[in-house]
Amino acid sequence: MSSVAPADRAVTPPPAERPKAGRALPVNLRQSGIYVAFGMIVALFAVLTDGQLLSPQNISNIIVQNSYILILSIGMIMVIIGGHIDLSVGSVVAVTGAIAAGLMVNHDVPWPAAILVTLLAGAAIGAWQGYWIAYFEIPAFIVTLAGMLVFRALTLTILGNQGIGPFPDEVRTIANGFLPGYLGNIGLGPLGGADLFTLLMAVVLVTGYVGIGWRNRQGRIRHGQKVEPLPVFAAKNALAVVVVVFMAVQLARFKNMPWVLVLLGVLVLGSTLVMNRAVFGRHVYALGGNPLAARLSGIKVKSVSFWLFVNMGVLSAVAGIVFAGRLNQAGPTAGNMFELDAIAAAFIGGAAVQGGVGKVVGAITGGLIMGVINNGMSLLGAPSERVMLIKGLVLLAAVAFDIWAKRRAGTAR
Amino acid sequence: MTDAILRMRGITKAFPAVKALQDVDLEVRRGEIHAICGENGAGKSTLMKVLSGVHPHGSYSGEIEFEGEPCRFSGIRDSERRGIVIIHQELALSPYLSIAENIFLGNERRGRFGLIDWNRTNAEAARLLERVGLRENPVTPAMDLGVGKQQLVEIAKALSKRVKLLILDEPTAALNDADSEHLLDLLRGLRAEGITCVIISHKLNEIRAVADRTTILRDGRTIETLDMRGDVSEDRIISGMVGRDLDQRFPARVPDVGAEVLRIEDWTVHSPAQHDRVVVDRASLTLRRGEIVGLAGLMGAGRTELAMSVFGRSYGTGISGRIYKHGREIRIRTVTDAIRHGIAYATEDRKTYGLNLIEDVRRNVSAAGLRGLARAGWVDAGREYAVAERYRKEMNIKTPSVLTPAGELSGGNQQKVVLSKWMFTDADVLILDEPTRGIDVGAKYEIYSIINRMADQGRAVLVISSELPELIGICDRVYAMAEGRITGEVSRADATPERLMQLMTQTET
Repeated sequence: MSSVAPADRAVTPPPAERPKAGRALPVNLRQSGIYVAFGMIVALFAVLTDGQLLSPQNISNIIVQNSYILILSIGMIMVIIGGHIDLSVGSVVAVTGAIAAGLMVNHDVPWPAAILVTLLAGAAIGAWQGYWIAYFEIPAFIVTLAGMLVFRALTLTILGNQGIGPFPDEVRTIANGFLPGYLGNIGLGPLGGADLFTLLMAVVLVTGYVGIGWRNRQGRIRHGQKVEPLPVFAAKNALAVVVVVFMAVQLARFKNMPWVLVLLGVLVLGSTLVMNRAVFGRHVYALGGNPLAARLSGIKVKSVSFWLFVNMGVLSAVAGIVFAGRLNQAGPTAGNMFELDAIAAAFIGGAAVQGGVGKVVGAITGGLIMGVINNGMSLLGAPSERVMLIKGLVLLAAVAFDIWAKRRAGTAR
Repeated sequence: MTDAILRMRGITKAFPAVKALQDVDLEVRRGEIHAICGENGAGKSTLMKVLSGVHPHGSYSGEIEFEGEPCRFSGIRDSERRGIVIIHQELALSPYLSIAENIFLGNERRGRFGLIDWNRTNAEAARLLERVGLRENPVTPAMDLGVGKQQLVEIAKALSKRVKLLILDEPTAALNDADSEHLLDLLRGLRAEGITCVIISHKLNEIRAVADRTTILRDGRTIETLDMRGDVSEDRIISGMVGRDLDQRFPARVPDVGAEVLRIEDWTVHSPAQHDRVVVDRASLTLRRGEIVGLAGLMGAGRTELAMSVFGRSYGTGISGRIYKHGREIRIRTVTDAIRHGIAYATEDRKTYGLNLIEDVRRNVSAAGLRGLARAGWVDAGREYAVAERYRKEMNIKTPSVLTPAGELSGGNQQKVVLSKWMFTDADVLILDEPTRGIDVGAKYEIYSIINRMADQGRAVLVISSELPELIGICDRVYAMAEGRITGEVSRADATPERLMQLMTQTET
C-alpha cells in the first residue's frame, strides 16, 4: 500500500469544480489592508502625541531606531515566504556585532575589511544553518532555535560579558549619521531650511514610483488584463506621494538623509526586484506555495532553502554592524528579541503562516507599524509592558485579519 | 435460508461533477462473506462510506436497513454503535501508540474517575490479539509492525467494538502472500463465529477463494450479484465488471508513429516504507515518437510508482534498471535531470503535486520552464505573460485571466494548466498520470484532443489511467501492470476491456 496511490479517488472530485466569481472589491483588501492600518496607526499616535510623532527629529528617529529591525525583516520575509522561519537572528546580530567590534577595536583591522569579514561570517552562519535545514532536513524552527542559543553563547565567548567599543567614526556614521549636505539647503519659507539633496531624492523616488506604476498599468491594459479603476490608482499613488514627500520634507528639515535610509533603500529595492523578477524569487514563492509541486517541477528546493538562510545570515550581519555602530559598542545582550520583531513585521506585513505569500514592502510596512507603536508609546511615556501588550495584540489582529480575508475569498486549499 | 442482515435500497449519491452511485441495491445475508468488486471509480468505496456514515444521512438518497431497523447515520460513531465497523484501505492506526492503545482508541477502557484502566486495556487487548492470531506484545508501538500485522490490529479493533458487520476495503492490497492467506483464514474463522463480512476487492482469486456471494458494481450501478458457491470463473466476474460499450467519446486521430524515444528495461523499485517489498518488478516498456501508449492496472499495481521513480527518483528506494533515450542510456537522478532529458510527468493528484494553488495560472505554466524565460537569472515577465496567454488560448483554459490564482479554476481547467506547464518544457516524452481524473465528460474530450495534439507534434505520451474505455479509446498500445509487473501489451486492434482486465488481475501464481 503505497502513499502515492490513494483509495478510490475517481469518485471524490475536488471541491472547486466551478470557477469562483470575481472579487467584488476593486481593491484587494488583503494586500492593501496593512497600508490602511499603517495610516490609521500613524494618525492615532500623531493625535495622541499632539503631532510630536511627525516632527522632523522624530521621523528621523523612527527610521534610525528601527533600521536594523527593518533590515532583518527583509531577510525574514523571504525565509517565511519559502515556508521556513528563523529564530536565531537576534543572536546572529549579536555575534556579528561582536566579530566586527573585535576586529576593528581589538585588532585594528581597517573598517572596510572588518565589515567584509563580518558579512562573510554572517554568510557562513547562514550556510551552517542552511545546511542542516535544507540538506539534512531538520525543521528550520529547531535548527534556528539551536542557533539562537549557540550564537548567543559565541557572543559571550567573544565579548567575555562586556561590551567592546568604540567603533571607528565611519561605522558610526553609517549607523547613526547622515549624508553630507551635497547640495546645501534651500529655504522652505515658514518651514525653515531643508536639505536640497534629500528633497531631490524624494522627487526622484516619487516620480519613479508613479511613473513605473503608470507604465505597468498601461502595459496591462494593452495586454487586456484587468486594472483597478483610474480614481483608485490615482488615490493610491497620491497617498504614497504625500507620505513620501512629507517624510522627506521632515527629514530634510531636521538634517539630511540618514545613511541607513540609503542602505535600506538599496536593500529593499534589490530584494523586491529579486522576489518579483528573478528566477530565484519565483522559486522561493513556488517552494513556499507547494513544496511537493515545486520539487516535481524541477526546482532545486534544497538549494533554494539553503540560499535563503545564507541571505538571512548576511542581512543579520548587516543589522549587527548597524546596531553595534549605533550603540557604539558591541554588547552581550545585543539583538535580544529582534527575531520576534522581525517575524512580527513579516506577518503583519502580509506573510502567510504556511508560506508562499508575502512581499518585502509589506514586511517593511509591518516593521514600521511596530516602529511607530514603539516610538509613539515611548513619546507618551507608556511603560514597556504596555508597549509589549499592544505589539502582541497588533500581531494577533494582523494574522487574524489575514486568515479572515482568506476565508472570505474562499481560496480552494 | 439465512436472513438479510443488511439491505441497502436505491442508494444514490452525487458529487458536484459526478454521480458516484445511482440507485444501488445491496443485500448481505447474515453470516456470509460478501464481496463487492468493480473497477476503480465504480463506486465501491463510496457505497461503503454511505453505509458506515462517513457520508451522513441526508447527503445521499435511498434507504439502509440493518437487522431489520432503518439506519440514519450521522457519522461513524452511529454505525459503530449498531455493530457496523469499516476498516479502510488506508489503515487508521496511530503509529506511535501501542497496539492496545490503538485498539481502544476512542473506545477506552476506563476505571475510576474516568481514568484509563491500563490493566484492563492490555488484558483485553491480549485476548483480542489471540482471536486474530497475532502474537505480539500489546504494548508494542503500531509502527513497529509490518502492514500485515497492522491489518490484524485493525480487525482486533473492530472485534473490540462487538462488530456484527465488518467491512474491509481492499484488505490484502498491501499484504504479501503469507499475510493474505492468514487474513483470509481469519475471515473464514469470523464467519464461523457468525460475524458477517463485506470485502471490497479486485483480487478475483481471493474473492473466489473466500466469498459466498459477489456483487458487481459498474459506473455507480449494481450490475448483478453472483452466487460463488457454483463454479464462477474469473472471466465471468470480469465480464460483469467491465461490459460496457465504447461510444464516441474520443477524438479521431491518425497515428504517425516513428522511432523509439524512450526505453525502460528491468526497472525495479522497492517501497520506501518497507525496503524489502517490491513495488515495481523488472518492468520494461518502450515509447515511440508520435505514439500514445497506455498503462493500465488496478490500484496498487505500481503504475504511479513506476512513473515517479523514473521521473528523477521521486519515489521509492532500491531502484535499479536502465533507461534509454533515443537509444542511448541515460542516468536520471533528479527531477531536473529528467526535465533536461525531455521527460515530463503530470502527477496523479494535480492539487497536491502538480500546482501551486495560490499562484496564478501564468506562474504555474512557467514553473518548470523558467530557464527558457530567463536571462542571467532574471525572468522576462513580458514573455512569461505572453506564453501563459498563448497556452490559455491554445488549450482553451477557461479563466478570467492568466493572473487568476490556479486554485480558483475548475478541475478540468487546472489539468489544462498542468499540461501547459509540461508542454512548455518542450518535453518529447510526457507521462500523464490519470489526466482526466475528477473531470467532467466535456472537459475530458478536450484533454483527449490535447493529448492527440501532443502526439501529432511528435512527442511520445504514456497515459496512466484506471478507465479502460479511455485507454482503449485514445491509445495505440496498452501495457497492463499487475502487482508491479508488466503482464502484457495489447495493440489497439486487440484491446478489449476484458483482455485488459484479465492482464490487470493476473497474479503470479
